[in-house]
Amino acid sequence: MSKSAHQKDSAQTPSSELPIKTGAEIIVDTLIEQGVDTMFGYLGGVVLPLFDKLYDAPINFIIPRHEQGGCHMADGYARASGKVGCIVATSGPGACNLITGIANAMMDSVPMVCLTGQVRTDLIGNDAFQEADTTGITRPITKHNMIVKDIKDLQRSIREAFFIAKTGRPGPVLIDIPVDIEIAKYQLQPLEEVTLPGYKPQEKGHHRQIKMAAEAINKSERPVLYVGGGVIASNASEELRELAKKANLPVTMTLLGLGSYDQREPHSLDMLGMHGTAYANFAVQECDLMIAVGSRFDDRVTGKIKTFAPNAKFIHIDIDPASISKNVNVHIPVVGDAKYILSELTKEVQHKDRKPWFDKIADWKSRYSMKYDTKSPNIKPQYVIEQIWEATKNNAIIVTGVGQHQMWAAQFYKHTQPRHFITSGGLGTMGFGLPAAIGAQVAKPDSLVIDIDGDSSFNMTMNELCTAVQYELPIKVCIINNGYMGMVRQWQELFYGKRYSKSSLKNPQFAAVAEAFGAVGITVDKKSEVKTAIAKMLAEKRPCVVDFRVEREENVWPMVPTGKSLHEMDGLDIFESMA
Amino acid sequence: MKHIISALVQNRPGVLAHVAGMFAARAFNIDSLAVGRTDDPALSRMTIVVVGDDKVVEQVRKQLAKIIDVVKIQDFSGREVVARDLMLMCVHTPPEKRHEILALVEMFKAKVVDIGQKFVMVEFTGPEEKIESFVEACQPYGIKNMVRTGTIAMAKFSQTTSED
Repeated sequence: MSKSAHQKDSAQTPSSELPIKTGAEIIVDTLIEQGVDTMFGYLGGVVLPLFDKLYDAPINFIIPRHEQGGCHMADGYARASGKVGCIVATSGPGACNLITGIANAMMDSVPMVCLTGQVRTDLIGNDAFQEADTTGITRPITKHNMIVKDIKDLQRSIREAFFIAKTGRPGPVLIDIPVDIEIAKYQLQPLEEVTLPGYKPQEKGHHRQIKMAAEAINKSERPVLYVGGGVIASNASEELRELAKKANLPVTMTLLGLGSYDQREPHSLDMLGMHGTAYANFAVQECDLMIAVGSRFDDRVTGKIKTFAPNAKFIHIDIDPASISKNVNVHIPVVGDAKYILSELTKEVQHKDRKPWFDKIADWKSRYSMKYDTKSPNIKPQYVIEQIWEATKNNAIIVTGVGQHQMWAAQFYKHTQPRHFITSGGLGTMGFGLPAAIGAQVAKPDSLVIDIDGDSSFNMTMNELCTAVQYELPIKVCIINNGYMGMVRQWQELFYGKRYSKSSLKNPQFAAVAEAFGAVGITVDKKSEVKTAIAKMLAEKRPCVVDFRVEREENVWPMVPTGKSLHEMDGLDIFESMA
Repeated sequence: MKHIISALVQNRPGVLAHVAGMFAARAFNIDSLAVGRTDDPALSRMTIVVVGDDKVVEQVRKQLAKIIDVVKIQDFSGREVVARDLMLMCVHTPPEKRHEILALVEMFKAKVVDIGQKFVMVEFTGPEEKIESFVEACQPYGIKNMVRTGTIAMAKFSQTTSED
């Protein structure tokens, strides 16, 4: 099948001055050429030729304790740095262990290149030791993948992989490399522009569409900007701020969009959706124009899709044309990169007062500001997160696992700048927090990185504490420990008549576990100890785990039950009773 | 409703699996899928018949276009196309019925491609509906075997020049 491609390659006779190298050397040289200075990965038989070359390479290499952890590290690294995360795994089990991490990166559009080893080309398909059909297995969860069966294709494939991973809607790209290709020899190829006839991401939006969008904004009485992770991916926070300021637009963010707009700004409506703020959800339901930017109308955001923003016209700005009109009918689509389009849009919009709309929003905000029972003698999870905010303000990179603690971290920490809130939104991967925090700390060695984790999330990947200790990464882990799979328990309480089927856990002493790994462990049982524990944690130079024993049956409010409209939130009466 | 989509793809291993996998993963209903090479050895063409409303077909088109190895998509919805299926069929031919069957073959402009003692093998190319009626006409004699390709299609020339 690929004969034609080879013919083309051999037609361009390589310059004789370029050195002959082994496949493994070509891989390392090309990674460096692509700007890779940090990688994650785990060894195994068929990647040994590559690891042998990495021995002398100027690449900071982090070995996790499990490939899934390594993949989340590359993910956290990519999100914190804005660079492409790079992970290596061996064939068979190594590649299979990457699956969760790759799917997570795919769902959250994280740029990543995965290199997997494969058995010798002549053994492929023969059920050889540690063979798996890696490209077949990862096809639905990668932006693109390929197997290199000819040394001539190796360098071009790696260049293509990086190009695809970081352009357009970013995503993971996997290259499967048989061990004999790592050993084969070929001439290094000069750097050329990648040409992929089927891949031309459209970065500049259509000018007429941008104009139409601006006109709609100028006409609108009750607009809402609805911002997702795409704004962070395209580094468009500044452009977003300028548009919101000039056109006078309230801004609500998805979970992944948090940090794209400073939540301390008066225009911020904070997060919307299932556990979003009541004022964001009410504003969305009553808006006459929704300007979606780099967001994909996830069901956790829209609630019942039929009654989502029922009176609104939709503008949708997205680099991925397939996201447009997938879940809602869009009136004005603008396909392109958020950074470019937002700045173009800002030129065309006018300032408009919209006093009645902002008065209404102010009223909702005063009535439904996020609350919890501050008088409780128990440690409330929200209290812990508020105290972490108080102690760190906008200096920390917050990473989370998945569950109740993740929602509280979204609700009660104020997110002020992009790439400072790293969380698994699309796939909802429990166990993401600790390894992603390690990746973020590798990317930002001088930053304070805090993993706000849940006990069950932490249980899944806590072996990576070893990695943090080995590489002296001073990450902080705050476990919101309620002894349950908290979100599952909440659903069982609300929708399954409090039958807590299998959702309670017998946890280890997390502080003792941390100590055993060589990290610092702190246990907090009393509310009065929370502040001092946080202060102690922040003063610590080593990786540190704080086990906050919080109130066991606290719920995340407000909540839009599945299948309900966004304004049909449960828990608002609880807010009112606390007013 | 049936829609015909034509996709020009790079002639690389795994492309078919990628395209078929996308359909399966997104629960789109493929009615038929025909793949073949083009005049350019680096490219293949897939003709995909999909069942669904306009919204489904729009998503199919966009999701197909998203696949890196897919170079170009044409959606033939609302356009006049020439669409053809190819069928090979083995029909029972008792000696007393043989002339009837040959008359049918003649009427439908099909072609006898092999003759045995008890069967004839007939080749038929044409639009899907015509194949259906030919099959129906042959049914009483007893069909031993039949095999069909998926639809392949091209937009009519007068239109392709103006729209492509």
